[in-house]
Amino acid sequence: MTDTNSAAATGKLPAAPRALRATASALVSLALTFIGLTAITFVIGRVMPADPVLAVVGDRASEEAYQRVFLEMGLDRPIWEQYLTYLGQILTGDFGTSIMTTRPVTEDILRFFPATLELATLATLIGCVIGIPLGVWAAVNQGRWIDHCARVLGLAGYSAPVFWLGMLGLLIFYGNLGWVAGPGRIDIYYDGLVEDPTGVILFDAAWHGEWEIFWNAFSHLILPAGVLGLYALAYIARMTRSFMLDQLGQEYVLAARIKGASEFSVIWRHAFRNVLVQLITIIGLTYASLLEGSVLTETVFAWPGIGQYITTSLFNADMNAVLGGTVVVGICFVGINMLSDLLYRFADPRART
Amino acid sequence: MTEARLLEVEDLRVTFRTPHGPVEAVRGVSFSLGRERLGIVGESGSGKSQTGRALLRLSARNGRVSAKKMVFDGIDLTNASERTMRRIRGARISMIMQDPRYSLNPVVKVGDQIAEAYRIHTGASARKARDRAMEMLETVRIREAGKVYDLYPHQVSGGMGQRVMIAMMLIPEPDVLIADEPTSALDVTVQMQVLALLDDMVRERGMGLVLISHDLNLVASFCDRVMVMYGGRVMEVLEAGRLHEAQHPYTRGLLNCLPSLEHPQHMLPVLTRDAGWLEEAR
Repeated sequence: MTDTNSAAATGKLPAAPRALRATASALVSLALTFIGLTAITFVIGRVMPADPVLAVVGDRASEEAYQRVFLEMGLDRPIWEQYLTYLGQILTGDFGTSIMTTRPVTEDILRFFPATLELATLATLIGCVIGIPLGVWAAVNQGRWIDHCARVLGLAGYSAPVFWLGMLGLLIFYGNLGWVAGPGRIDIYYDGLVEDPTGVILFDAAWHGEWEIFWNAFSHLILPAGVLGLYALAYIARMTRSFMLDQLGQEYVLAARIKGASEFSVIWRHAFRNVLVQLITIIGLTYASLLEGSVLTETVFAWPGIGQYITTSLFNADMNAVLGGTVVVGICFVGINMLSDLLYRFADPRART
Repeated sequence: MTEARLLEVEDLRVTFRTPHGPVEAVRGVSFSLGRERLGIVGESGSGKSQTGRALLRLSARNGRVSAKKMVFDGIDLTNASERTMRRIRGARISMIMQDPRYSLNPVVKVGDQIAEAYRIHTGASARKARDRAMEMLETVRIREAGKVYDLYPHQVSGGMGQRVMIAMMLIPEPDVLIADEPTSALDVTVQMQVLALLDDMVRERGMGLVLISHDLNLVASFCDRVMVMYGGRVMEVLEAGRLHEAQHPYTRGLLNCLPSLEHPQHMLPVLTRDAGWLEEAR
């Protein structure tokens, strides 16, 4: 009702066009980033010493077969035309065929990526759910023993090699105690029973109400997610602590105390809301870097994730697979950054301009 | 002032632990306050702000407050529990801070910050608190209170921010208000408006006011009594109207440093300090 008035008074556009404009500019920057990303992967694919034709026909193929495939792949055409073709293929979800698995790369990614998504999401959740309160708690008790404990835990989580933690975890919790399941995503006799709609086993099992499968998958997931989560937790807790210390020293915190606000309200209602603004970026970056796939963790736990897929493809000079994987990881990165930008606007009124 | 003393302070000391050893910011300050306006003046570092914060027991973490006597309305503030202190803060003794750009929470609507101060002490419903906050915004002479309520601190000017601060700190109707340099961060033209507003509110509600400032003239024209501080100690306490009859050499020195339009001086004298002023015994 007074929307347009107040907008005129504060010299800003009304809410709806402002949101539209923000979305539009986000989409433009997404498109530009996408073009940049694909251009880079395309160039990498062309400058690599691996001959794409040989990779398809094998090194004992006849000259005739080689030439036929060379033309089929459009390698005789100008480079920009090849790029446009490549771009068109990507946009229709066609990344070519993987030499290693002999399946379309898209199909492979749809199999491998959900495994990483599952792992990274749970690890980030663990990092947030434990790391944020730990960081806040440490900051509030700055210099006391709890603060020192949190810092030692943070340092350990950050500096202990992931593969070592993973093997230690397997040895103790799987080997000795038997609390969790071993490597892999799921026990062999459950494998492939639920695959739709997403490929994320936890979600699919819950979707179909297959709770036995759900718990089996969960017991496979919890250890690798815990190991990666410890890493995320260490980083998030450390950043939360330092942001919180900074905010607790601000004048508005003193003002809240002067009003007679309880310590809980001072910390969570006042200081933490400002910490959250800064944390969004940190959490987004952590999640994005975990989605890249953590090769070491995936290797230790025989986890069929995107990191392992890209690495194995790289060793086999399977360029279609490498480029496809890279593009998907890149899109994830850009997507998460956009999402954290949006959330940032939501959390910080000063960013809504 | 024949009324009962609201606040009595005797031998207040605030000491900070620092890596370079203890630093005494306030060193044996005594004063009392009724429903009157007391000004505390002094240079930076004279301990005037720390005196204000010590009354609310909100000194920084590394600070230690001690006093022979610090009594507010029969309550001993030196060893009151944290719970008691929380009930006193805001509701009975409140404080206005210097710069609204830093003292308002940047991510909370200004109206909600005022309403919160009301809800803490009354337990009123959100709706009731909102209505009261709206009234309060009008009381501090903000037009279009409904619109201002939903603004964030970065969207209001300094003067408006300080009115919001005043509204926030006065909404629970405290008995004593400490105003720590309430106008120092504002433009000169806005300063007078904010002071006039503060004056009206203090008069109307019959509150005790402690005005902390470095501006001698402002304090003299605004307060009933003036307490001059230097190096964490009280130099002298004067009736505001008799400031110009001040005896203490420090006060005289400060007064001489003020340029005057009627008696222009070629060069202002430099304040000479006497180490003896910092001595404990009088």
